[in-house]
Amino acid sequence: MRWTHWVNFPILAIMIWSGLLIYWANDVYTVTVFGHTFVKFFPDWFYKTLHIPSRLAEGMAFHFLFMWFFALNGFFYVLYTILSGEWRLLVPNRHSFKEAWLVVLHDLHIRRMAPPQKKYNAAQRIAYTAIIVMGFGSLVTGLAIYKPVQLYWLAWLCGGYSFARILHFLLTIGYVLFFIVHVVQVILAGWNNFRSVISGFEVVEGEEGAPKK
Amino acid sequence: MKKIKKLKKPLTVEQKIARRNLISFGTFFALGGAAFGGWKWLLNSPAEQTGVTGRAHKPLRRALNQTELLFRRIFSDDHLVRTYPKSRAAQRVRENSHIGMRDPGFCVEDWRLVVTGVDGKQLQLSIDDIRALPKTEIVYDFKCVEGWDQIQHWAGVRMVDFIRHFQLEESAQKKYMGLETPDGKYYVGVDRESALHPQTILAYEMNDRPLTDGHGAPLRLIIPVKYGIKNLKRIGTMSFSDTRPRDYWAEQGYDYYSGL
Repeated sequence: MRWTHWVNFPILAIMIWSGLLIYWANDVYTVTVFGHTFVKFFPDWFYKTLHIPSRLAEGMAFHFLFMWFFALNGFFYVLYTILSGEWRLLVPNRHSFKEAWLVVLHDLHIRRMAPPQKKYNAAQRIAYTAIIVMGFGSLVTGLAIYKPVQLYWLAWLCGGYSFARILHFLLTIGYVLFFIVHVVQVILAGWNNFRSVISGFEVVEGEEGAPKK
Repeated sequence: MKKIKKLKKPLTVEQKIARRNLISFGTFFALGGAAFGGWKWLLNSPAEQTGVTGRAHKPLRRALNQTELLFRRIFSDDHLVRTYPKSRAAQRVRENSHIGMRDPGFCVEDWRLVVTGVDGKQLQLSIDDIRALPKTEIVYDFKCVEGWDQIQHWAGVRMVDFIRHFQLEESAQKKYMGLETPDGKYYVGVDRESALHPQTILAYEMNDRPLTDGHGAPLRLIIPVKYGIKNLKRIGTMSFSDTRPRDYWAEQGYDYYSGL
């Protein structure tokens, strides 16, 4: 699980970057309410800083190579969580949605007590399952845009070609937001927790004091 | 560490922690470094030599070509593109490029389609020769490689009908069809299966009117199973070969196949 997590990081970064190279060629998405445009994806300074413009062909070439790795890595992760039984710790159960709210309140220092948890708390269960669903969504919408004739039923399922492109874009924005919250939480969780994601164990102070897997 | 092993003294917890940290972080940084090195290599890999294709990173071009082969093996050649009622067709049809149509000496009246068969024989066809063939209409979602799409209404002769009528079947057995503008400045290569797709047409009408200059008068390619970059405007010549004909956008780093 740690492996796929860390493999995913650079792959997703490359997919988002090459996706930007592609998106630039037809950057029509904005957030507009009652005729007033609040956000334009993306402003010129953003493109210029990242050297995005006029690299559509290069972006496509990168995107269509790394899509394989992204899909394979996701496949291995899901396979592993199923075979190892870890999915039980990850998939939200019927209490999760109520508890997740308490976790959020706790994290925001509004509520003192956090609800009891196993390896992952309720909010984590929801977030970590959602991100896998999102990954699958990116794969499906991506395929729908990539081969809309051969996979016409996928394009239909995604609400048509243009809508599939919007979904694909929104999911990417979702990853960026996830990433920001994720990193903040990791920093707050501290060194011991971070180390465990690399080395696979946490040091637990206490009478046993033994490394715990 | 080795000494401790020799003495067979059991490791203390702290030592175990330190050792496992060292191993795992060492691995982490080694693999991270390797990944970064691999990325740098790919990013700085030289562009391919420009031949039929060009300007893409060499390894990426290989990946594009391999991906094409894989998809062509598992995909069907006669999947039909979804069509729409005429009322859905755009009235202001997007014009994206005039490459190959800037020759000031070009005269629509003198235009001929020059078809070179594999036997070396040349056909010179006027637009009336082509208009005399059965007309096929299509309203479908035109897709540009840039990411936009538009429902458009085109009419002309199906490529399969054209081939049959002018007895070009033997030529059409070749793996690729090459099409070029009269000035030779825009050119595309299309694989046989896509060229002979039942919805591929040589179009001379848009929205029930003859093509405008900007849309490639008098005759253009409409090939719904490809991105717009393959839909050549103002076709001047047609040829057949077993090797990939030159292709304008493939030379600019795009995928040669560009199939949908």
